[in-house]
Amino acid sequence: MLVLASAGVVGACGGESGPPTLTWYTNPDDGGQARIAEECTQEADGAYEIEVSVLPRDASAQREQLARRLAARDASIDLMSLDPPFIPELAEPGFLAPVPQDVADRVSEGVVDGALVGATWRDELVTLPFWANTQLLWFRTSVAEGAGLDMSAPVTWDQLIEAATTQDAYLGVQGTKAESLTVWVNALVESAGGHVIEDPEAEADDVALGLESEAGQEAARIIGEIGSEGLGGPGLPTADENASLTLFQGDRGSFMVNWPFVWRAMNAAVEDGALDQAVLDDIGWALYPQVLEGSESRPPYGGINIGVGAFSPDVDLAYQAAECIVDPAKQAEYFVSDGNPPAASAAYDDPEVQEAFPMADVIRQSLEQAAPRPQTPYYNEVSTGLQETWHPPSAVDPDASPGRATDLIIAVLRGESLL
Amino acid sequence: MTAASTPAGVGAPGSGKPSGQPGRTAQEERAHRARGGPRQDAERSDRARAEARLGWYLAGPAFVVMLAVTAYPILQAVYESLFRFRLTAPDEREFVGLENYATVLSDRVWWADLGVTAFITLVTVLVELVLGFALALVMHRAVTQLRGLLRTAILVPYGIITVVSAFAWFYAFDINSGFVNSWFSWVPGIDEDLNWFAGQGTSLVVIIASEIWKTTPFISLLLLAGLAQVPTELEEAAEVDGATWWQRLRRVVIPNMKAAIMVAVLFRALDAFRIFDNVFIMTNGANGTEVLSLLAYRTSIGRLEIGLGSAISVLLFVCVIAICFVAIKLFKVDLAGARGEK
Repeated sequence: MLVLASAGVVGACGGESGPPTLTWYTNPDDGGQARIAEECTQEADGAYEIEVSVLPRDASAQREQLARRLAARDASIDLMSLDPPFIPELAEPGFLAPVPQDVADRVSEGVVDGALVGATWRDELVTLPFWANTQLLWFRTSVAEGAGLDMSAPVTWDQLIEAATTQDAYLGVQGTKAESLTVWVNALVESAGGHVIEDPEAEADDVALGLESEAGQEAARIIGEIGSEGLGGPGLPTADENASLTLFQGDRGSFMVNWPFVWRAMNAAVEDGALDQAVLDDIGWALYPQVLEGSESRPPYGGINIGVGAFSPDVDLAYQAAECIVDPAKQAEYFVSDGNPPAASAAYDDPEVQEAFPMADVIRQSLEQAAPRPQTPYYNEVSTGLQETWHPPSAVDPDASPGRATDLIIAVLRGESLL
Repeated sequence: MTAASTPAGVGAPGSGKPSGQPGRTAQEERAHRARGGPRQDAERSDRARAEARLGWYLAGPAFVVMLAVTAYPILQAVYESLFRFRLTAPDEREFVGLENYATVLSDRVWWADLGVTAFITLVTVLVELVLGFALALVMHRAVTQLRGLLRTAILVPYGIITVVSAFAWFYAFDINSGFVNSWFSWVPGIDEDLNWFAGQGTSLVVIIASEIWKTTPFISLLLLAGLAQVPTELEEAAEVDGATWWQRLRRVVIPNMKAAIMVAVLFRALDAFRIFDNVFIMTNGANGTEVLSLLAYRTSIGRLEIGLGSAISVLLFVCVIAICFVAIKLFKVDLAGARGEK
């Protein structure tokens, strides 16, 4: 062990003769971030080198690893690809290096609204928006026509429920006891005009939840109805995004809320011969469904921001590299190569983007309307508490579930209850 | 392990110096023995002391490593469990005494998880004991040419990494990718629309089945060692006396390998009680399938609540100790006996 450790030290010293190496911890993708790292290394012209280190697949596992290492003041973390809901938890204890004002001004220009909100904590930009995700409503044109729905105008969840019932079809929603369920609940509550958390910046002991409201009840009613009527199919209690996609492509597919990665996945499936071209031709897209007719929906917001580790020895260089990574041209390239939508509004006008993603403008509009999940350092508790009380979907009850979630989350935040 | 069965073992160091005569040095002691006691006694004492020293030299490094990798983390966990400490709020660390234990033990979640864990342990150990014994008999009795092949075939599941086997079982039963529903649709209660991981009962069936498939080879290996210890003469004598196969098994084989059976049960029970991988992969604790190790993991690693998580880990450790205690004291499991030292 000692031998290995000293070899490591020698190796590290040997590296100092070249340009400083910045380590970028990325979420797994189709290789786009590694390519951007190479490009930025070349553009830096010897000022720094970016080395990519891949994090676990699961978003919560990524958070666990980064949070634990940052808590141990890991100096090897220079750049991080961060999922927005976990940013306040890292920003609050000072695990993220403050963004220099000039960098903040440059990178927040022309960024879609949802992405900017997600990169901010206590009114300050703490990470740089890189790519921004949102869910669209995907539909089978044939089913929508059969149900007599005009998809050029916004539709409501109740209309979808009715269409699925009359057409004997399944709705593609994510009911598995995981982060995807929180995404769904939050989008419903926000679309109904409420918030899961009323005062996200409050201390753990005084957090007030907004679930016991009309908005919370509406959200519970929709989820409970889809669950108990069996409209999500038998797989609903374990359905994640990929399972929804499988259901949507199947014989009883009708409508689905899902991230834009499905477009690339379906095209790839057609190329591989796993999916009929006819199914792909039948597919349409629209903005996320409304909860209250006539009031704009608040679609889910996700994506990845770039954070700089507070314990990195090269914070200035890391911010230079981060600025290079989030360059709008690179975002557009990344959208085309990996299917992840840009945070910069301008990137959507790129002709290549428009060709690869005919729904690019709908995605941009969805991002302008999107609502982030509760931004609180206790996000993990809030999200897990919701999943604990709003699962399985068939057991969600508008009169009981919001109250149960509120009681559990508050007890957990006060340290009085296990989760 | 027991001093009685190993005269030159760990029990020896104190033997050269009776506690009743404190002021006497080792040299005086030896002289005293040479004068008064029979000569043989002094010689054995010398040898015993040398062997004891050799024993410490041989076992010492391992003992130190064990202390470093087990005792230290356990003590650290006990210490941490007395604090309210969240990894992302290092400045708010606060001493709370036994409050974390009170929170855990007064929570419904702990008792529900304890129930699920105990249920899984009980069912898997019982089924594995019967299955494992049958497999051990097959391996023991197999024709010599077949023996190698048979043992390999039986041991393969045990060689597979638990996470890999958990994924394999998960995908086999998964409603989207699984083949079990279509292969077994003739069984009443199973059809294309059965979502195994949506309910407590069905989820536990898959979790327990995969655990049994994976670890039965382990228990059968321990039992095979026990079978090999049963003297063939005893069985032959019983056969000559006209005992049936069943009588020989019940009256001769099983009583003679009781120690091996108890050790196998103890080891498996301890292992089964700490089940984690299968549940983590298949349901992640959904539908009332959460077990204690998963609760400890989610609290310390997921929520980063080091204090509360340590308290759960310490309680889990206490449960494991309790199982050991019950097995060794009440059921008189003799670990030395299983090693063939009797």
